[in-house]
Amino acid sequence: MSKAPVAVVGIGQTKHVAARHDVSIAGLLREAALRALADAELTFADIDAVVIGKAPDFFEGVMMPELYLADALGAVGKPMLRVHTAGSVGGSTALVASNLVAARVHRTVLTVAFEKQSESNAMWGLSLPIPFQQPLLAGAGGFFAPHVRAYMRRTGAPDHIGSLVAFKDRRNALKNPYAHLHEKDITLEKVRAAPMLWDPIRYSETCPSSDGAVAMVLTDTEGAARTPRPPAWLHGGAMRSEPTMFAGKDYVSPQAGKDCAADVYRQAGITDPRREIDAVEMYVPFSWYEPMWLENLGFAAEGEGWKLTEAGVTELDGDLPVNPSGGVLSTNPIGASGMIRFAEAALQVRGQAGEHQVEGARRALGHAYGGGAQFFSMWLVGADRPTT
Amino acid sequence: MRDVAIVAFAQSRHARSTAEVSEVELLMPVLHEAFDQVELKASDIGFTCSGSSDYLAGRAFSFTMALDGVGAWPPISESHVEMDGAWALYEAWVKILTGEADTALVYSYGKSSPGDVREVLTRQLDPYYVAPLWPDPVALAALQARALIDAGHTSEPELAGVAARSRASARDNPYAQLTSVRDGGEYVVQPLRRQDCPPVGDGAAAIVLAAGDTARRLCARPAWIRGLDHRIEAHSLGVRDLTDSPSTRLAAERAGLFDAPVDTAELHAPFTSQEVVLRRALRLGDEVDVNPSGGPLAANPIMAAGLIRLGEAAARIHRGDSDRAVAHATSGPCLQQNLVAVLEGDVK
Repeated sequence: MSKAPVAVVGIGQTKHVAARHDVSIAGLLREAALRALADAELTFADIDAVVIGKAPDFFEGVMMPELYLADALGAVGKPMLRVHTAGSVGGSTALVASNLVAARVHRTVLTVAFEKQSESNAMWGLSLPIPFQQPLLAGAGGFFAPHVRAYMRRTGAPDHIGSLVAFKDRRNALKNPYAHLHEKDITLEKVRAAPMLWDPIRYSETCPSSDGAVAMVLTDTEGAARTPRPPAWLHGGAMRSEPTMFAGKDYVSPQAGKDCAADVYRQAGITDPRREIDAVEMYVPFSWYEPMWLENLGFAAEGEGWKLTEAGVTELDGDLPVNPSGGVLSTNPIGASGMIRFAEAALQVRGQAGEHQVEGARRALGHAYGGGAQFFSMWLVGADRPTT
Repeated sequence: MRDVAIVAFAQSRHARSTAEVSEVELLMPVLHEAFDQVELKASDIGFTCSGSSDYLAGRAFSFTMALDGVGAWPPISESHVEMDGAWALYEAWVKILTGEADTALVYSYGKSSPGDVREVLTRQLDPYYVAPLWPDPVALAALQARALIDAGHTSEPELAGVAARSRASARDNPYAQLTSVRDGGEYVVQPLRRQDCPPVGDGAAAIVLAAGDTARRLCARPAWIRGLDHRIEAHSLGVRDLTDSPSTRLAAERAGLFDAPVDTAELHAPFTSQEVVLRRALRLGDEVDVNPSGGPLAANPIMAAGLIRLGEAAARIHRGDSDRAVAHATSGPCLQQNLVAVLEGDVK
């Protein structure tokens, strides 16, 4: 028996900010969940199962928080799953939820991802000393900066490419009312004048630390037929993982990312992603990851990704808009960031992205990665119901 | 729905402390043993899913080190739940049902020995109203046991009988940590005595799942998953009837448990009193062999103990000691979340 088609019929997110002191952790998730249900014109009673995801429990200091969150998410008496696959978790969570529908185990599933980073300090949460292992005490930027350098050296990309990405994403964020950073007076000069954090990554080229949650309602064909607004249909989804470090690992363009994209494109019948995909929400926590992922995901040949960025192809009005929402560079509740990418891709093909809508978007890619550039999850959603 | 079976199961020799090995070193022999049972390699597996907890490991992203040990190269299709491995098995089962994979590796592990697990588990309670009071799992289980005794569902001598039976059964289980009831049995938290509580220990487990003909090729007598369901209850103990487990009963109904009798039950009841609750919810009579492995009262490696229940039940079917078995896993305070699997062997 083939997989059941899966539709995204409800999307909700919180206004992402540095600290939501006005709500509890449960209140934050519930806000996103209720907005997703309202979008689908459903209630908790219509939900068969709940799948939640977040990054490490240390970020809020609650062990296995799904137990405490069961009531707030209307999960009592229902199955509840909790996914954790590092930074890719938001995407993985959506895929685990979609599989419940695809496998015909459930009809309608609520999936929620969150992080309330203000409850603790993620930098320290990521900087625990590990016996017999190299200390990565400088947070994620310290880990990824050398790989950006490797990319620049390998491709000959000029120094200013990163600032172009940051300038674009922060301007896109001004069109997204849910984005955390709204830098109304941003200029390219300001981006370039920001202090250097982890050479070559400037302060202006890193993601913020956010409190936020995102939720989606996924359902089958029958559920999609009843929905008030156009659904986004799942055309392909995949996860791939590879080890953190090993001889021969390519940190610049990890094989797991290539394999994951290839699997998604195969499922969706995509042979030329650059032409066939209308919008991309990719996980870019540091500006330079845009050109790096453009190559890893097959939108550009190796060594050519930065040229797309430089030519303005990835601008909101470009030929291949990347992160029209403002991306992770503008909003980063870590555990939710991957699912926000997936949700924003779905908003685009539903025509519901508001001011940051890509005109006529029919197919969009949501992308997330995590760990030491080793965990990947992606989905491709379309305005049309898949034919196979 | 596709036929999916447990075709291999391996576990560590559970111990109070495994300070001499890392989590990865604890897990690796178990993975290899599971692979050897079905003569597969990591690269033959269609999907991999694991369950573990950063709070036990004491570091963020602890599962990534285990993944390095699995040997995820070339890259693999893989996922992880911050839950007992039984829920990792659930995710893998769903993946196979979609048709995207024909085989799956499921593993989980937990080392309780580096910390004080009673204190660690208080961190999974409501962070605003309950966790600040630091009520530990033994204290909460004691509340449940008291409610059961007050309701006339059990008595301290009956609980002692559960403890004695479990530890006696464990003598035939080479992986068990605790095989005798200690004399004295002083109260830990009244009415629970030491013998009513699980041993604290470290352990790992691995299971291989396979669909249809692949399962038949890999295993002489696959343990077919006829039903698998899990349900969660409210978190606040104050709104729950602690003498009952409606989530277990509902999961069992959905899994088809009540459609036919079972001969074996492997219950994830870390406390003797919780076996009483589960027996009632699952309607298990005296004819059912409950926890022939000794159950969690004989070895309770947190994050793996639920997966081990599925593995133990499946292994009995593999060996021909059972034809239809129920396996149960739990999570959260006082059986808040419960998973029920119904396993069957083909007619001999």
